[in-house]
Formats: sequence, structure tokens, C-alpha cells
Amino acid sequence: MALPQPKIDALEARIAGLTLPEGGWSEAARKDALSRLTAMGLPHARDEYWKFTRPAKLVEAEVTPATVLDEDEMPIFDAFDRLKIVFVDGVFDAEASDDLSLEGVSIDRLAESQDIHWAKDIYGVLETRGQDPVERSLAALNTAFATDGLLIHVHGKPSKPISVIYRHESETSDAVLHHVVKVDAGAEATILENGPAAARFNNVMEVEIADTGKLHHVRAQGRDHERRAATHVFARLGKESVFKTFTLTVNGVLTRNECVLEFTGDDAVGHVAGACLGDGDFHHDDTVFITHDAVNCESRQVFKKVLRNGAVGVFQGKILVKPDAQQTDGYQISQSLLLDDDSQFLAKPELEIYADDVACSHGSTSGAIDEDSLFYLRARGVPRGMAEDLMTIAFIAEAVLEVEDEALQEEINARVEAWLARRRD
Amino acid sequence: MLEIKNLQVKLEEEDKQILKGVDLTVEAGKVHAIMGPNGSGKSTLSYVLSGRDGYEVTDGTATLAGEDILDMEPEERAAAGLFLAFQYPVEIPGVGNMTFMRTAVNSQRKARGQEEMSSTDFLKLVREKAKELKIDADMLKRPVNVGFSGGEKKRNEILQMAMLEPKMCILDETDSGLDVDAMRLVADGVNALRDEGRGFLVITHYQRLLDHIQPDVVHIMSNGRIIKTGGPELALEVEKNGYEHLKEEVA
Repeated sequence: MALPQPKIDALEARIAGLTLPEGGWSEAARKDALSRLTAMGLPHARDEYWKFTRPAKLVEAEVTPATVLDEDEMPIFDAFDRLKIVFVDGVFDAEASDDLSLEGVSIDRLAESQDIHWAKDIYGVLETRGQDPVERSLAALNTAFATDGLLIHVHGKPSKPISVIYRHESETSDAVLHHVVKVDAGAEATILENGPAAARFNNVMEVEIADTGKLHHVRAQGRDHERRAATHVFARLGKESVFKTFTLTVNGVLTRNECVLEFTGDDAVGHVAGACLGDGDFHHDDTVFITHDAVNCESRQVFKKVLRNGAVGVFQGKILVKPDAQQTDGYQISQSLLLDDDSQFLAKPELEIYADDVACSHGSTSGAIDEDSLFYLRARGVPRGMAEDLMTIAFIAEAVLEVEDEALQEEINARVEAWLARRRD
Repeated sequence: MLEIKNLQVKLEEEDKQILKGVDLTVEAGKVHAIMGPNGSGKSTLSYVLSGRDGYEVTDGTATLAGEDILDMEPEERAAAGLFLAFQYPVEIPGVGNMTFMRTAVNSQRKARGQEEMSSTDFLKLVREKAKELKIDADMLKRPVNVGFSGGEKKRNEILQMAMLEPKMCILDETDSGLDVDAMRLVADGVNALRDEGRGFLVITHYQRLLDHIQPDVVHIMSNGRIIKTGGPELALEVEKNGYEHLKEEVA
């Protein structure tokens, strides 16, 4: 079907300034991606999949400037022993980064990789699989035009997390980064991501986990309130593998985090979780699609949103269970804590099940802070603001508990506490 | 310690008068009991004193150690030394019992201009008090009251009371839902806190709690008023003859 003219014009305007990198192992994949993108066009407010989130600021030709923050007041993960890799406005910063060698893992950069590379089997491949049945054209744009990214091959058990740190120094930066992660059988790693990346950020991570491999992904988006970010995680899980991804989001006028998970091997575990705290001009969208195409796999989606002063939270989560995916255990919960009448939570939970021996459950709730609990805390002398903060941290706890490492859980809670304390009356 | 004069209270949402002029003075070092049938206003009295929303004081005063408490926020009343042991302690998933108690203790100390208690001192104290109430380490670690039995919840209330060392303790039907052993444990906890400087107001339906926590004064409440005041023998009279008999007598 031919694309309507306005969509063609919008796409042309958006990609006018971008160049398709030529040569190297990724060229074919990039060209494929461009043809997919041309067929799909960019998201539009009238698209069903973008019903709750207006994509205009993510697709506009000229980036709306975003104020650059002075200094990190309290960067997350700082106290952790980690391998630091820094991108400034989407450009790799060798000086600020550690040496990329670490036992158990090999790390290359997309912009510098050789003609032959293992990532060729994954780059754009998982993204392509994730385009059906729902189009994710921003991810196709990313595959075509990504300027850099990390190619992380986990073949052992690295002693420390691989930490990707984003920095924002230009008010009009428009970053497109594409990471590929391959986890071998029996290998295990943790990847951290944090920091303001750019005025507009389009980030894709493709994750292929072989049988019995394990990957933990913990991400923090925050502070740079004016950013616009669209991120995608595409993961394919082999037999008995484990993938857990958690995102903390505080602030941000527009964030869309999509996660597409596919179980292709039996007995695997995939958890996607997120906690977000929004105050005022804040729009946060979590869109998740999980496909069970193997026997006895466990998927969990746990999303908690704390919204106030007119903040908006969106959750679109789907579990698709294919005919042969028996003994599937799928769980999905999305909840919002609305701290006033102006804030909004929009949720679209979906289950599509073709196997007959499965246990899938989903739930979605919106509510205010429980008055009885609040009174109980206050009657013991805890001031109202602090009592509300305690209840808020309790509310997001189920999502934070999805982070396996307890020290990281504490780090996340500390971040949330600091954020709440700054906003306390 | 606690002085209530002509306290009149109606529900905020509807035009229904619950307390119709309550006069009551609890002296430091004394235990007063309030008994009365369902719907007599006993629990309302405890909620109004502790500052729960939903009630409107239409007349009268209540002071704690000379300070007017009715205009205070609930947390200010707590810091001033008022403690309510809830009839139905609230379960708060996600908030650890220890975190909750440490936050409460330190919030009150801060409000009173005292130094906050260090984690080490707090831990030592809470373990010591918990042991007396047979509260194990697991109960301290769990979220507030979540998965606690009726007896455990009430013991947790008494533990909080012991940690906060209030001037004035109100126990709202602390005996409800307790078996004999649990009641004894709770009563022992309360008795251990009886002190020259501390007042108690024990609200109950039944006389049996008063076998374990012996009151100095017993009040009978009915239809929003205290209709009779006497010594411990009054509780025994209620047990024997019921409330109807008393109501008739007063009428």
C-alpha cells in the first residue's frame, strides 16, 4: 500500500540531513532498514499504536532544543565498580571512557568495526522481527542511520557491569545509537545505562541470548527534563536463558520505551520492569510486546508509575502465546499512583493466547495514596510529606525488586528518595 | 494529662452527631477504661483525639499536658506524646516494619528538637523491646503488619508504643481478635509501660481485658456521652448485668 503523501513528506524532511553510512558489514542491513522505513513512514498521532503518545517531537525535522544541565548533582551507579563507556551527544568519548577490554567480554564500536563481524547476524535482524505485527519505524530509522553504538559479545562472566554513560552538552543534539549484545551459552553479564544523552535520543539495543545465557539490564533516565527519547530493546531468548531489564525514569517531557521480547527456546525467563516518577510536564510511555514461542517460559511485566501535577503515564503491554507455547507463565501488572486529579494514566493490556495449557494474568490499576495507611504513619509521628514518600517508595517496590542485584536496588531507591525529597513541600 | 471538656463531634460528610458532650480527665500515672455498647462513640473518641479526617468538632476542647491538640496535625499530636493503639492496625505493603519504626521514632525526636537516634542504638533498643513482646526478627523485617496474625498485629502496636514512649496511650479495643495467651502478652506489655508520668485510656467492650490491665477508673459510654463513672467494680457490674440495665438506671 502506498504511503500517503504527508507521511512521505514527513519522512523526507526527517532524514534529509542524515547519511546512510556506506561500506562495512552493516551496509546491507542499513539499506534494508531504509527500505522498511520508506514503506512504513514515521509514526503519526493517528496511528493506533501511537494513540496515547504524540510522536511529533520524536519525528520532527528540526530538533527542539533542550537545556543542558550544569553538573550531575548525583550521578547514579557512581559508587559501583564498573567498566565505563561514555557517549557525549551520541559521540564516543575515548578520554572519558575506560579501556574497553574486560575479561569475559569483547566490546567493539559500531562506527569502527571491521568488514566481518559477528554482529552482522543480529544487527537489524531482531529489529526486523520486531516489526510484525506492529510497525516500529523509529527503530528502523535507527538501524539505517545509527552513527555509533556498542557491539558487546559476552562469552564469559565479566567481573563488573558494563556501564554506558550518556552525556548531553549540545542544546540541539540529535543522537542515534544502536547497540548489539550477544550472550553466549553459560555466559552472564550486567549492562547499565544512564545519563542524559541528547536533546533528542533514538536508542536501540538488540539482545541475543544463547541457551543458558543470562543478561541483566538496568537503566536510569533522569534529570534532563527537556529531552525527547525513543528507545527500543529487542531481545531473543534461547533455552533456559534469563533476561531481566529494568528502567527507572524520573522527569522527561517525552519518553517512549519499547521492549520486544521473543522466547524461542524452552524454559527461559524474561522480565521487563519499569518505575517512573513524573511531575508536571511529563509524558512517559512503556510499550511492551512479548511473544511466547517455546514451552514453559516465564514472562513478567511489572510497571509502576507515580504521577502528579498533570503528568501522564502510558502502558501498552501485550503477551502473545503461540499455539505450541504450552506451560507458558505470563504475568503483567501496570499500576499508577495518581497524586492529584490532574494526572493521567492510560493503559492497554492485551493477551492473545493460542495454546491451551497456559497461566497468564494481567492487571492494571490507578489509585491515590491509601488514606488509612497515611493516617497510620502520621499517627506515629511521621510528617505527611515523608509518609507520602514512604508510600511512594513502597508502591514502586514490586518493580524495583525485579532488579536482581540488591546493591543496585538500593541505589535505585536512594535515587528515588532523593528525587522525592527535593520535591517535598 | 488528658483533659476533655464537653467534646461534641459530628461526621463531616453527614449531619450525624456522634459525641454529644464528653467530659473526661485522665491523670498521669492512671489507667482509665471506657466501656460501652457498639455505636456508643468509643472509637470515634479515639479517632478524634488522634486527628483522623472525617470528623468535625462542633464544641468542646481536648488538651494534652495543657496543650490544645484539636488543631494539631496527627503527626504533631504524636510528637506531643499521644499514642493510639489501633483496633485494626493497617497493613502497609512495601514499607519495612523497621524502617517504619525508625522513621517514626526519629520524626518525633526531630519534632521535639531532640537528636535523632543512631541506627545502632535504635537496633539495640528495638531488639530488646521486641524480645519482651516475643516478636521475632522476621516480624521486624517484614512489611508493616503484612501477613501478621491478629495477635501479632496487636503486639506490634504495643512494640511501637514501647519504642515511642508516649505520655498518653489510647488503646482502642486492643483485646479484639485476641486469644487468652495473646491477650496476656499484650497486657503484660502495657503493664510494663505503666508509669507515674504516663496516662492510659483503655477502650473495650468486655471486662476480661481489665482483669489483665487493671484500671483505676471505669467510665461507661452510651449514645455519645459518658453516663457513669466508677471504680473497677463498675466493669464487673457491666459483665454481670449488661449495658441495658445501666442505661435504664441512668435514665
